[in-house]
Amino acid sequence: MAVKKSEAALDPLFNNNPIALQVLGICSALAVTTKMETSVVMCAAVIAVLTLSNLTISLLRHQIPNSIRIIVQLTVIASLVIVTDQILKAYVFEISKQLSVFVGLIITNCIIMGRAEAFAMQNPPSLAILDGIGNGIGYSAILMVTAFLRELFGSGKLYGYSVLPTVSEGGWYLPNGLMLLSPAAFFIIGGLIWALRVYKPAQVEMDG
Amino acid sequence: MFEDYLNLAVKAIFIENMALTFFLGMCSFLAVSKKVETAVGLGLAVIFVLTVTVPANNLIQTHLLNEGALAWISPEFAGVDLTFLNLLCFIGTIAAMVQLVEMTTDRFFPALHATLGIFLPLIAVNCAILGGSLFMVERDYDFGESVVFGLGNGIGWFLAVVALASIRERLRYSNVPHGLRGLGMTFVITGLMAFGFMAFGGIQL
Repeated sequence: MAVKKSEAALDPLFNNNPIALQVLGICSALAVTTKMETSVVMCAAVIAVLTLSNLTISLLRHQIPNSIRIIVQLTVIASLVIVTDQILKAYVFEISKQLSVFVGLIITNCIIMGRAEAFAMQNPPSLAILDGIGNGIGYSAILMVTAFLRELFGSGKLYGYSVLPTVSEGGWYLPNGLMLLSPAAFFIIGGLIWALRVYKPAQVEMDG
Repeated sequence: MFEDYLNLAVKAIFIENMALTFFLGMCSFLAVSKKVETAVGLGLAVIFVLTVTVPANNLIQTHLLNEGALAWISPEFAGVDLTFLNLLCFIGTIAAMVQLVEMTTDRFFPALHATLGIFLPLIAVNCAILGGSLFMVERDYDFGESVVFGLGNGIGWFLAVVALASIRERLRYSNVPHGLRGLGMTFVITGLMAFGFMAFGGIQL
């Protein structure tokens, strides 16, 4: 499989977005997007883990016996996540307390496992790193837009600062509580996919 | 006793449905729900893996990882607390079980194996499976309860994925806006289903 370097890094942004087209990593996209602050830390953690796990698995790809590859991949990912968790606890303790559950959820984030299985097992390390960064950014893009919309309309804030003064604080904006519930994340991501496919009609599934 | 188990099962299947109230296991939930047949196959695999892994992880947690659990080796180990290793141990158990399921389907049901494709290995990272074990630890279930809890969660996930697959099959005859076809529409439907399941939230057992 010959893949150009620029393709490996740039394709996941629009042409082959992990959330919008490959349907990977949706669980955490729904869980952390009520606030932008948690989403930023989550995205950084995912990009780091994804890049490192792609690199490690790509380096090990000739040594891993096919029949036990899932366990090997998961051990690599779980170790990286435990390290990330410890680093977050050491340097950004406050945010790590808010994220506690979600950092553990990175292990079960299918983007990481999916890319390891689909890309890193077949490609050399340099390409695998680029693929990891590209997919991480593609994931982050969707996450940030969703978090932006949910925090702005759900609580009238952006990154913790009041933008639309809410009624309870003496302002005029009546927050839309629906935005903070999980179904709203489905509607927003559904809408984003719609927008992306209007822009790139080739991605539309004709049979669905 | 029996009543407790029944309550727990109803709670796990409907009120706290893994897929539609906690949004766990979404990736495979959305990707494999195109046809009812595939959905049933994956749903059964999830039921099986959950029913085995949750009790297995319960045993690991109570007999190996909890503080003082290693006292059976020798009294010196009574102070050892290995709970920080639970993520790694749980995922190990889960991965081993999934590999077993994959090999079994490959050997005995090759057609099913071909349809499930990449999503069979992905059960290992299905958040519903790891989530089941983590909830079991968080809520201090004993062995019997964890069997019921695992089975109930699996059935709940199975029902949700089959329901979504049936809706999507019927959707083929409706006139969905062009760009919303497929995945986009599926997200909207899942959101609506989640609203429906919120109604179970008011049930007191």
